[in-house]
Amino acid sequence: MKYIDGFRNHRTARVITEEIHELAEQAGDARLMEVCGSHTMSIARYGIRKILPRSVRLISGPGCPVCVTDAAYIDAAVELAGKGIHVATFGDMLKVPGSSGTLAGARSEGAHIHVCYSPLDALRIAAENPSEQVVFLAIGFETTIPPVISILKRAAAQNIQNVSILTAFKLVPPALEALADDRDVAVNGFLLPPHVSAIIGAGAYRGFVRDYRLPGVIAGFEPLDILLGVRDLLQQLAEGKAELVNQYERVVREQGNRIALALMDHYLKTADASWRGIGTIPGSGLVLREEFLNYDATVKFGVSVQGGKPDMRCRCGDVLRGIIFPDECPLFNTECTPVSPVGPCMVSSEGSCAAYFKYSR
Amino acid sequence: MCLAVPMKVIELREDRTGVCELENIRYDVDLSLIESVQLDDFVIVHAGFAIEKLDIEEANERLQLFEDLAETYREDV
Ligand code: SF4
Repeated sequence: MKYIDGFRNHRTARVITEEIHELAEQAGDARLMEVCGSHTMSIARYGIRKILPRSVRLISGPGCPVCVTDAAYIDAAVELAGKGIHVATFGDMLKVPGSSGTLAGARSEGAHIHVCYSPLDALRIAAENPSEQVVFLAIGFETTIPPVISILKRAAAQNIQNVSILTAFKLVPPALEALADDRDVAVNGFLLPPHVSAIIGAGAYRGFVRDYRLPGVIAGFEPLDILLGVRDLLQQLAEGKAELVNQYERVVREQGNRIALALMDHYLKTADASWRGIGTIPGSGLVLREEFLNYDATVKFGVSVQGGKPDMRCRCGDVLRGIIFPDECPLFNTECTPVSPVGPCMVSSEGSCAAYFKYSR
Repeated sequence: MCLAVPMKVIELREDRTGVCELENIRYDVDLSLIESVQLDDFVIVHAGFAIEKLDIEEANERLQLFEDLAETYREDV
């Protein structure tokens, strides 16, 4: 397809890479962070790190929603499944370790776990099983939140009452601020996520870029998009600028997707959120408003998403903040592999450790 | 998980859903999150929902720019 393949042209990549090497000499050492699982995968898959100058380090930040989901959340999902409730989820969640078990483990013991391609599948399962309860695992960033919330609107319209959601929604802009404030991360610029930005709009970052004086470039996730993003960041660093550049104008508008934003605002309000390996970031989550708590699985079934105990040896938090590379974790490729992951970063194909495992060895 | 890909709209239904196509595979897509979608539009699909339209003019311009850049490479070698 032209709108995919066209963004993978080798010769163009060579030209942009040359430019990157020239700019890197003026820009000095650069730590550039991407916060999008699709970027993480593309960077690993196309070997983008290998063609960049040594002075440019690409850090895969907390861009994979599965990886930042707390152990306590998995525990709650496993508990729900144990009560005989149908748990509907994106497939990536099955192997994520909670404090002791996983959803895959619960399934092998007979729990009703359904892998969904779309949150609409959860609604269908609820409609088909009116005497059963169905909970959708509502994780994700701004890209995924509107599709998930849409099912509540539909459930109300179709009078389906046996569906609810377990929320662990996360917001990108507050996370950027927390990362920018973190001295250990010491980031010089951000490659901003394409499809989160499609929802929230380029305008959502302008205040951040100005206040923190950190360059930001919204880039698509095809290889040429990423290279252009890196080039733009280096150019700004070389010139001492800090601006927001939208390199993904073919999809991202200044104001974002108004329908999606209105839907989110109608059902959800901001709350503090706990990011696995990173900690609590103020205002970085969204939860259901009071009037919609009948859709909240924690209220409906009395489960808690607080206080889980992840395997403390997992260093996902340091990986996601760019403090170590995945292979510097002692468990990498020994105890922790995609087949038997110890930490969440090894589970999803978008996780830093899994992407590194698959392409970089 | 945030993977979202461009697909072409090939069928529209009354209830703001439709059928989209990518590489000869057809997908049922919910179109209720985007405005004024028409047949043959390209949309970005994520988890069964179109989350935004692809601006074809902008995409074509960008592809042209890439082709031009590729040309400069061929001349160099
Ligand atoms: S290799 Fe495994 S244990 Fe180590 S940081 Fe990555 S996910 Fe955690």
